[in-house]
Amino acid sequence: MAVRDLYRDYRLPWFGSEGEAGDVVLASRVRLARNFARLPFPNRADQKQLAEAQNRAASVFSRIEETAGQAFDAVQIDALAQMEREVLVEKQLVSKRLIQEPAYRSAYISSDRKCSVLVNEDDHLRIHAMASGLDLRAPLDAAFRVDDAVEKTLDVAFDEKMGYLTSCPTNLGTGLRATVLLHLPGLVYTRNMNNIINISQQLGLSVRGLYGEGSETVGNIFAVSNQLTLGFTEQAIVENLMNAATQIIDNERRARKALAMTSKERLEDAVWRSYGVLKYARSLGESEVLELISKVRLGFDLGLLHEATAERYSELLFASRPSYLKNLAGNDNLSQTEIDRKRAAVVRQILSGGAQIQENSP
Amino acid sequence: MLCDDCHRNEACIHFTQISPEGKLDKNLCEECAARYRNFMPPTDARNFTVNDFLKGLFRQPPEQKEEKADGGLVCPNCGMTFQDFAHTGKIGCSVCYDTFRGQLAPLLKRIHGSSTHSGKIPRRSGGMLVVRHEIALLKEQLAEAVQSEAYEKAAEYRDRIRALEKRIAAGEKGGEARGRA
Repeated sequence: MAVRDLYRDYRLPWFGSEGEAGDVVLASRVRLARNFARLPFPNRADQKQLAEAQNRAASVFSRIEETAGQAFDAVQIDALAQMEREVLVEKQLVSKRLIQEPAYRSAYISSDRKCSVLVNEDDHLRIHAMASGLDLRAPLDAAFRVDDAVEKTLDVAFDEKMGYLTSCPTNLGTGLRATVLLHLPGLVYTRNMNNIINISQQLGLSVRGLYGEGSETVGNIFAVSNQLTLGFTEQAIVENLMNAATQIIDNERRARKALAMTSKERLEDAVWRSYGVLKYARSLGESEVLELISKVRLGFDLGLLHEATAERYSELLFASRPSYLKNLAGNDNLSQTEIDRKRAAVVRQILSGGAQIQENSP
Repeated sequence: MLCDDCHRNEACIHFTQISPEGKLDKNLCEECAARYRNFMPPTDARNFTVNDFLKGLFRQPPEQKEEKADGGLVCPNCGMTFQDFAHTGKIGCSVCYDTFRGQLAPLLKRIHGSSTHSGKIPRRSGGMLVVRHEIALLKEQLAEAVQSEAYEKAAEYRDRIRALEKRIAAGEKGGEARGRA
């Protein structure tokens, strides 16, 4: 896959509808934080030391490609335009944190886009692995394979008692952050989300909305992750999260069923209205689209509407993000009005068959 | 100056929008400005990070504020002092964890409820830890074997444990220095 596709393509193979519990789970993701022994962590490293970390990462990459059985695209963050950097963030291939200071930051992204390794974020290495559906075991294995390849030739910061040493003490030990991305319109519309958040916190899990400012979430997508990293095995952390996610999924399905039983007419109307707006609107706001596609996806999952498939949902999600649209237009200075018009045009195109998006569509 | 939109509250934000339709200048109060949120750069309210929180954890208790509370420790590898950590909430390098081991242990307990790693171990640089885990496992099996009176098996486990312990004794003299992060 060409590097250019990284910024143009709006399909992500690990995101959307396939896999275990794909009606609720959008994706599963695992992150390992690793550092090189003795070399100061990125927050304390000077330019020479940051460059050294990059060199060390580069030196093991052929081995990583070999173990992963696929090629990786090497991306120098400071060589990208700001909107390209933001597209990578929108597609969750790199973190917001990585692009804050672009100099001496890089990312390796696998051809299948299911694995990315960030260099000089908070830690020297952040190994990410993703899978569709509720599946943390496969990404954990994939991340371990990358980790093993790194540590085969390079000394990794490790302490017998404290485990893997990280720049932030909250990641110490396993350095593992496992996340499940869930689409939870049922729980949101039945006003049960606060309960879920409270209970999850008691289980040592964090739940946060993926989109939206502050406590106001938009689009009903939530990320559930483990908070503790020390004192548990990686397998235990992952199992614990999968169990909790399964509970949330059950509750979500129950809530959807209840919605469909008690207010079927209203729900059906809302779903079709949303579909209509997406299909014909000439201007769409960022939050507006997230709310509309959430309803359409809910309608699809409940069998109320068959026009828009589940794959369309994830395509719409990424293709309607502001930086993606700016990059598509090749213009970082689009006004809000122009972005909203562009967004509506792209959404219409995807819904009318998902044909190739024209770069200068009206 | 009153807000250009509601004409009721004091204006506190000057707002300029440049679009193809032309330039628009407005003086707005906080409430009205909020409606233009989409145009604004994101506020800092969400940027309160976990590191800010950690800084707080380390500044207290206030009565222990004297400089020498940590014995003036400085990391020999990256030059970080304990005060630096209290400022940034972030550790400087892998050696810091060794330098400030005593100070960090209670913090780790507070964050994670534990201070001992039990997950993955790097095979090569994990030092003798891999071997020690294997010994612990063999000792369990040995006890089981003795209990079920499988003495031949038990003898086998015992020999393997001895061999591994020899390797540790040899390793502590030689290769240990490299294994330490």
